[in-house]
Amino acid sequence: MITLDVTDLAIMRATQAGLPLTPKPYQQIAGQLGLTAEEVMTRMTAMQEHGIIRRIGAVPNHYKLGYRYNGMTVWNVPDEIIDELGQKVGQLDFVSHCYHRPRHLPEWPYNLFAMVHGKSQEEVDNQIQQIAELLDGCVQGYDVLYSTKILKKTGFRSR
Amino acid sequence: MVSFLARGHTKQVYKRMLTPLHKQLLNDFQRDFPLSSRPYQDIAITLGVSEDKVLSALTELYDNNFISRIGPIIPPNHIGVSTLAAMAVPEQQLQAVADKISAYPEVNHNYEREHTFNLWFVAIASDAGHLQAVLDAIELETGYKTMSMPLLNDFFIDLGFKLDLHNA
Repeated sequence: MITLDVTDLAIMRATQAGLPLTPKPYQQIAGQLGLTAEEVMTRMTAMQEHGIIRRIGAVPNHYKLGYRYNGMTVWNVPDEIIDELGQKVGQLDFVSHCYHRPRHLPEWPYNLFAMVHGKSQEEVDNQIQQIAELLDGCVQGYDVLYSTKILKKTGFRSR
Repeated sequence: MVSFLARGHTKQVYKRMLTPLHKQLLNDFQRDFPLSSRPYQDIAITLGVSEDKVLSALTELYDNNFISRIGPIIPPNHIGVSTLAAMAVPEQQLQAVADKISAYPEVNHNYEREHTFNLWFVAIASDAGHLQAVLDAIELETGYKTMSMPLLNDFFIDLGFKLDLHNA
């Protein structure tokens, strides 16, 4: 991984609220930071090549677009094969995030997290069923947690 | 009843608002947004419309909160250290506790979920020590334990999320 310098971090901070909707957005960002547009674009390209930036694009608000059923599915699968299982689940097109996280026994036995999004309960139930089939025989338990309220949501922040 | 009707009406307005251009902008530019001096013009050329049309369509998507932003998406833990934390808080105290947590600048997402662990948030800090200090401070201030679940591995190949906008 490359080390980001203060200029890279300043660019990331300046773009996290979104690129301005003006014909030359990178130039506007550059102007705020005392850089040239070329320098901003070159640094962003480098950060993308090194995986610091995963992608550049529009971030849709799923909920507002009709995806009212957003479930965090959590699974208890053996640690020895979680990488293999996680890869499979992460490839499903209705899964927006898929992570291995630590268990907290005894109250939290789940180690594989996959976020699913659907327009109806039925659609989400079907997605959960598909994950269960994919993990066939490896699941020692699972749960689905629906978000009932968004209490705070902002972009990335770095201090 | 009145508010129900009013909401139904609003929904219809939104539905009519999503033009083919809106839908293309929503689905085709979740990745590979151009890194060029005139990115909106490049998109306009790709879609065969004017730059003004692209900018005004994106403004409409922003104004109606159909997109939260256009910009770089960063995988977790590439800048700073983050964790997903959960708390079990009595229902009647949930909002008050959530407000205290949301006040921390290190906390970005904060959700209520239907579970014994009913409060979930993501905290990000410059280093592990600072992150732990934030969790400790939250426990001290709220009086409830945090269950921290930092990322161990990320399995997702993030190419954006294919939206079904047929009825949108």
